[in-house]
Amino acid sequence: MGSAPASDDVRPRSGGMHLPPTVQTAVKLLIVGHFAVGKTTFVGALSEIRPLRTEEVMTQAGALVDDLAGTRDKTTTTVALDFGRLTLNDALVLYLFGTPGQQRFTELWQDMTRGALGALVLADTRRLDQSFEVMGVLEELGLPYAVALNEFDDAPEHGLDEVREALDLLPSTPLVRCDARDRVSSTEALIALVEYLLTRTGELEHA
Amino acid sequence: MTPRRRPGERLVRSYVVTDGRSHPSRNTLDLVTLLIAADDLPLTGLSPEKRGLMELCRPGALSVAEVAGHLELPVSVTKVLIADLIDSGHIVTRAPIPSARPSDTRILQEVLDGLRARL
Repeated sequence: MGSAPASDDVRPRSGGMHLPPTVQTAVKLLIVGHFAVGKTTFVGALSEIRPLRTEEVMTQAGALVDDLAGTRDKTTTTVALDFGRLTLNDALVLYLFGTPGQQRFTELWQDMTRGALGALVLADTRRLDQSFEVMGVLEELGLPYAVALNEFDDAPEHGLDEVREALDLLPSTPLVRCDARDRVSSTEALIALVEYLLTRTGELEHA
Repeated sequence: MTPRRRPGERLVRSYVVTDGRSHPSRNTLDLVTLLIAADDLPLTGLSPEKRGLMELCRPGALSVAEVAGHLELPVSVTKVLIADLIDSGHIVTRAPIPSARPSDTRILQEVLDGLRARL
């Protein structure tokens, strides 16, 4: 169906397109954040397959989409989902879904967050105010999250304490720096999220 | 990254692919539900899209999201096709995993170990 996907990703894929037959369980984490914060880059740095994009059509009037095309006066809006895959062991695969976190796509959000372990919010120190909407949606849906500052080369340096205060984060919410282009740095950001999820689950169990 | 093709430019409209339906015949499909093709059923009588889906899944398991991505169809349309193929026995979902409960410590620990091993 159609042309080869336009991709500038020329890395050889480490494995095949299909999952090993031993995989039994699939889990998902969401990578969320405002437009151009680096979600696609982050997913691409970590995925073992060429990152895929699919879309969901939302019936919604004239909304501004996460797209350079800007406003489109249509009754349907397309929300793009970029996703990648990491086979973590013989039996377990992790999917990463990158998506804009706008409030009005609640239908999509509910579908995405059902069964999700948690979310990593990518933030840009130059536009911190744009992260509030995403964090608000996550809180509303009760999905635990950590925040990773994607460090852009031309962004001014801010101390983490300063950013934590600006974002009004709970003391327990992890805040880390990362470079979405870098596999190791991005992996470390995910690790910070999962460590937090584990601690949190442990606390809930012992409460 | 910009999608290659807008939904409006699709050669065949979504409602044709799904016979006019917008909801799948079952509501248990998640983005990460794993799909496996039954390899002993003939593909005769299947629409081109369903045949394409079967061919995509034959070599090994894929998630619902991956199938949608490879077929370049919206998730909602893909789910309608998959649900039909489950009804007809062409597709089975791997262990009806109620996609790991988020509170499952064992799963979280496995995810953590798997990520650490990649460093």
